[in-house]
Amino acid sequence: MIIFISCIILFLIGLYSIVTKRNLIKIAIGFALMEYAINLLFALIGFRKGALAPIITSVDSPHNFVDPIPQALVLTAIVIALGTTALMLVVIMRIYEKYKTFDIAEIKKLKG
Amino acid sequence: MKGMSLIVKSITNVVIGFIFIYGIYIILHGHLTPGGGFAGGVILAGAFILRIIAFGADAKGEDRSSLTASVFESVGGLLFLGVALAGMAITGIFFLNFLPKGVPLALSSAGIIPICNIAIGIKVSAGLFSIFLAIAAVKSGIED
Amino acid sequence: MSFIPWYFALPLLGAFLIPILNKIWKPLVLIFTTAITFALFILSLYGIAVVHEIPMVVYKMGNWPPPLGIVMAFDAMSAFMTLVIAVIAFAANIFSLQYLRTYTGQGKFYTLFMLIIAGMMGLVVTGDLFNMFVFLEIAAIASYALVAFGTEAEELEASFKYMVIGEIGSLTFLLAIALLYAKVSTLNLADVSNVLQTFRYSPIFWTILGMMIFAFSIKAALVPFHSWLPDAHPAAPAPISSLLSGVFIKVLGIYTMARLIFNVFGLSRATDPVFFNLLIGFGLISIVIAGLIALAQRDYKRLLGFSSVSQIGYVLVGFGIGNFEGVTGAIFFILAHALAKGLLFLTSGSVVDATGTRDLNKLAGCGEKMPTTAWSYRIGALSLIGLPPFIGFWAKFYIVKGALKAGLLWIALAAVLLSGLTLAYLLKIESHVFMKKGKNDYKEAPFLMRFSMVFLVILILIAGLGFNYVFDLIIGPAAHALLRGLEYAQLVFASVINF
Repeated sequence: MIIFISCIILFLIGLYSIVTKRNLIKIAIGFALMEYAINLLFALIGFRKGALAPIITSVDSPHNFVDPIPQALVLTAIVIALGTTALMLVVIMRIYEKYKTFDIAEIKKLKG
Repeated sequence: MKGMSLIVKSITNVVIGFIFIYGIYIILHGHLTPGGGFAGGVILAGAFILRIIAFGADAKGEDRSSLTASVFESVGGLLFLGVALAGMAITGIFFLNFLPKGVPLALSSAGIIPICNIAIGIKVSAGLFSIFLAIAAVKSGIED
Repeated sequence: MSFIPWYFALPLLGAFLIPILNKIWKPLVLIFTTAITFALFILSLYGIAVVHEIPMVVYKMGNWPPPLGIVMAFDAMSAFMTLVIAVIAFAANIFSLQYLRTYTGQGKFYTLFMLIIAGMMGLVVTGDLFNMFVFLEIAAIASYALVAFGTEAEELEASFKYMVIGEIGSLTFLLAIALLYAKVSTLNLADVSNVLQTFRYSPIFWTILGMMIFAFSIKAALVPFHSWLPDAHPAAPAPISSLLSGVFIKVLGIYTMARLIFNVFGLSRATDPVFFNLLIGFGLISIVIAGLIALAQRDYKRLLGFSSVSQIGYVLVGFGIGNFEGVTGAIFFILAHALAKGLLFLTSGSVVDATGTRDLNKLAGCGEKMPTTAWSYRIGALSLIGLPPFIGFWAKFYIVKGALKAGLLWIALAAVLLSGLTLAYLLKIESHVFMKKGKNDYKEAPFLMRFSMVFLVILILIAGLGFNYVFDLIIGPAAHALLRGLEYAQLVFASVINF
């Protein structure tokens, strides 16, 4: 239970940063926090006490592994997060070129 | 971007080859040890990025690099898709591991998985490098 | 049954080959993308024919059996969605061939265009929860980049806003997948559905469902979460606006939501009337609020964006009604809205291309100089309002019929009366842009842009006149596939063919 609560708290900290911060970079950091929270949750879900890392080191090695699927999912999620973060940072830099500010309150050409 | 001092350049010259070899090692042993295409590709991209940071590149050089990177990224993607489609062409099943599996834990084993790892490695290294170029090019624009 | 991987392999092949082709010879890119979208169109027609014979086609990736490996579960609903995607993608592609002549970086545009199609196609054919997330993100990331494609200040701002709100949705979906995996230890949709029934109606069941519906509401731009759409869709180039408004929000928001509610969580109106009434309520709020805001808009594409938010409400109302006619109406509406809104955004592209502005007050006099665009707009608008003989009429007809059959008289009444709202805001464009006389020297759109508009007009007419064939071949089986409910899981496992 504790892992769910702590990971969701971390997720909510990220969400808090996105919702309340006015600096674009801090918003991007908030997304990174949310992604880490989910990745951590995935890794902890797969954990079994006393089990080995799911790597076959010899042909007849013992098979009491932790669940390998969440680890594979985390890898995929990391790659996707990399793509989003990179795109977000590039868009932030382009916005800075146009508006000369990172403050979200001053970036408001769109309205409605 | 301007290059850095002579010390950085000399050390980069020494280190960059090792980084490159290490990245290739991680990619090739992806089906045996932790790591694989993505991790190895990131290391390879690190080598390219280190070279650009240490020696610098003018706008022309950056353009040429990003052109090459985008071609290699496509090649990596096509190789990966090609492996999947080759499974379909040979056996009729998408992504079927159609190559002989070989001896477990040997370097040339696990059928198509090493080929997939190589494809991912090419794609990730080229992709990360072009992300770096995109961000770095914009940054130098701001400084002007 | 090896046609299924081609749905996403073909556009992925395109996405990887285009950067190389772009360096060899630029017109090759245009030919190549058109060939791929046309091939997808043919392929989706073939898929419709296949699911007419076999209710469910299960394709095992790498020959791994269902609970272990990733499977593609292709049923009539998937076939219907692939057809909608392929039609709009083909029209948008033809339109973009000439529309993009003023833009630079066509290679990048078509790469992203192919990725967005690959993501959507993969999303509708997959039978695996995490695979769904991956394809959803492929499509979403490509769409963020396409919204920012013009790299002007407004477009970047719209893209950032879209990215922030959209990513909150995606990450909530991922968190829901993590919680679900912790509980059921499987990712195959059919298997998840089986295990979920062991703790049906427990708090965790509703928590996960709530998080997923929150995530898809953001992707579908339902009213409390709609604020990104009217910025993002107008900011994109017109063919992309057409693709985003026409199919993107429906695939990423509505299709996923319907698939999970009906087939995975196994809810139905008979067992959970409160939940389905909530869906209807959500839908009606979207229709009314977004429709009223649309009335006040002065920007051609922004008005159409709010109209999309409003029309998505009808789809949700149809699913909320929950009986066969209601679901049929919702699916009909997905097709009708995709064709009509795709067409309307293409006309906006043609107007912007000729005049260089989207401000309704400055666009007087387009009607005389641009007859094809004007008449395309009129037919699309009439279909969207729901007048016979166009397809939009049949969509609303089935929603009203379903509401009456379910005894929800006031919803039937609301669905009919709220068409007045649609009429009001669409008339605003008609009166400002096409009816009003004005002195100008605007030119009609080039041939290929007209061709793709006429293509959609003809489809609207054909689908409206031959609605019973469309119903029998495409819509009816799709509605049956959704209303199959929990039998989906048994059908998936029963349809596995061993090679």
